[in-house]
Amino acid sequence: MELGVKYIFQRIGFYLVAAWVSVTLNFILPRLMPGDPASLLLSRISGRLRPEQIDALKKVYGLTNSPLPVQYIQYLKQVLHGNLGISIYNFPTPVSEVIATGLMWTLLLGLTAVVISFVLGNLIGVIAAWRRGGWVDSVMPPLMIFIGSFPYFWLAMLCLFVFGFELKLFPISHAFGMNVTVGFNLPFLIDVVRHTILPAITIVLVSTGGWALGMRNTMIGVLSEDYITMADAKGLSNRRIMFGYAARNALLPAVTGFGIALGYVVGGALLTEIVFSYPGLGFQLLTAVQNLDYPLMQGLLLVITLAVLIANFIVDLIYVRLDPRVRIQARE
Amino acid sequence: MEANEPRIPGVTAPSVKTRPDNNNIGLPHPKYPLRDLIRKLTQNKKVVAGGTILVAMVFVVAFAPLIAPGDPMAFVAQANQPPSAEHLLGTSGQGQDVFVQLIRGSRVSLLTGVFVGLIATILGIIVGMTAGYFGGAVDNILSVVMNVFLVIPGLPLLVVLAAFLPRTPATIVLVLGLTGWPGTARVLRAQTLSVRTKEYVSAAIVGGESIFRVIFAEILPNMASIVASSLLGGIAFGIVAEAGLEFLGLGDTSRVSWGTILYWAQNNAGLLTGAWWTFLPPGLCIALAAFSLTLINYSVDEITNPALRSQRSGGAILRKLYLRSRATPVVPNEK
Repeated sequence: MELGVKYIFQRIGFYLVAAWVSVTLNFILPRLMPGDPASLLLSRISGRLRPEQIDALKKVYGLTNSPLPVQYIQYLKQVLHGNLGISIYNFPTPVSEVIATGLMWTLLLGLTAVVISFVLGNLIGVIAAWRRGGWVDSVMPPLMIFIGSFPYFWLAMLCLFVFGFELKLFPISHAFGMNVTVGFNLPFLIDVVRHTILPAITIVLVSTGGWALGMRNTMIGVLSEDYITMADAKGLSNRRIMFGYAARNALLPAVTGFGIALGYVVGGALLTEIVFSYPGLGFQLLTAVQNLDYPLMQGLLLVITLAVLIANFIVDLIYVRLDPRVRIQARE
Repeated sequence: MEANEPRIPGVTAPSVKTRPDNNNIGLPHPKYPLRDLIRKLTQNKKVVAGGTILVAMVFVVAFAPLIAPGDPMAFVAQANQPPSAEHLLGTSGQGQDVFVQLIRGSRVSLLTGVFVGLIATILGIIVGMTAGYFGGAVDNILSVVMNVFLVIPGLPLLVVLAAFLPRTPATIVLVLGLTGWPGTARVLRAQTLSVRTKEYVSAAIVGGESIFRVIFAEILPNMASIVASSLLGGIAFGIVAEAGLEFLGLGDTSRVSWGTILYWAQNNAGLLTGAWWTFLPPGLCIALAAFSLTLINYSVDEITNPALRSQRSGGAILRKLYLRSRATPVVPNEK
């Protein structure tokens, strides 16, 4: 597969720039605080820290007396070595270790929810566009816009209240219960699934509408193309025209949108985690903010951003597979 | 829509086709485009519904102290009392009147949204149109900046930013405004690129008009619908995102807004004590505000893009024949 290689390299270049921007943002953020960042940071958390913690903190931030460019280069070096510093709250656990546990849970919850909402949303969009003016098409858009208007975290609160608190159908917090042993055993896995359903439903509820509306609108455009009329004239079955001809082509913008939407979904998933006390990156982020654990906070921002960049890159790779034009473009 | 915008440089987007002017034969050309648009808007059910909700909310914001007098932070009764005649929406976990808080909090929530929308849209216009108008290296650099900020997830960045900066409503407005612009910029860039090649723009340039005038007086008015839709979307984003940040306790928690009501509801375990009145109303208000804005937004899109309008006329037979009827479009396909 040498076709599309040029395109892939272009994208890699772009993501490297994006990664560099986010690392630099991470460097600038603490220095955005009004006044002298070092003393401000320390005064905010004074009394909570032992001297060695303060030293570690200073070191991580490069808040020594060296000039900014030197600090910046030191910071870049540390990040490249995967050294995100030491968590203040969980002293002396390295930030990277703390994040690793959270990342696992977020990936589980996020991937499940995103895949379900993508498939479901696009399917609804296809049906709505195919039977334009039918009941799916009349009921779906306003309903989806309405549900999509709710903040993720509020819908999460509602789900938690109705299904967890009132109906007691699902557990209301954490990723697994107290009475199961962590490991690869059936009771544990079942428990994890039970704990994931409610937060996942929340994310699916809010994010499905966007896919459905986008798909409907692109599909309507595609349906007026000549090759659809041609397919119909050939006497192909409706199902084949619908999925093999129309939906297949209408899916391209949805795949592109997938990468962009991912950022929003990640944000929403973070808030959902907080409501459900689900031990993923979002919950960790809030705890870090509450504990003024600045290294952990920044490490989380960096990891979340990089994860989204990687996901976007994977989407780009899929795009090359799906859209032959990209490959032809690269060949010329 | 931005979904149609090509991500791969070089591959032309089917959506940004320039409309040949002679295609308009048979369609009455509106004499007053703005008046015509307003007439279409007021005839649209969705716009009327969304507009009514919006006007009602503006009314509440304007007369909040009259509708719900009293100090929203005052402890007026026992904590977590269910709704009663005296306290229409019960009391919060700290014994405050939820109804008073809800009405008085609308001001911070909605104004934040408006300011966020304005800042994001203005930034989007400046960056997007500069990139689209000048093209070349300027466009390349600005496009990379836009795409980088589009791809970096917003919420974690907002949370960390808000954690580092002083906790005031102004901070939240600035943080949200400064992160909300790339989507608008991208759409406007694509549109500017296509409008830039129109004859009247060339005429204006040749006529010796300043770049500033060409961009803002010649090109910008042609993107009124995109700007309007960006502004509406920006306001909705601002309202929801502000609530999110406040909910996390990153705002000024001593100030009443819909977000802080939710923050206190969560922190005082309003959920686990069954005090639904502490978190249902603010969430519904946020959703209602965002819903009305989105409703108007989609309708503007529908009105300016006839291809999206759902066809309601005709029965089952027509729908069955639908595939064939599509082959001979009556209206020239604009999208």
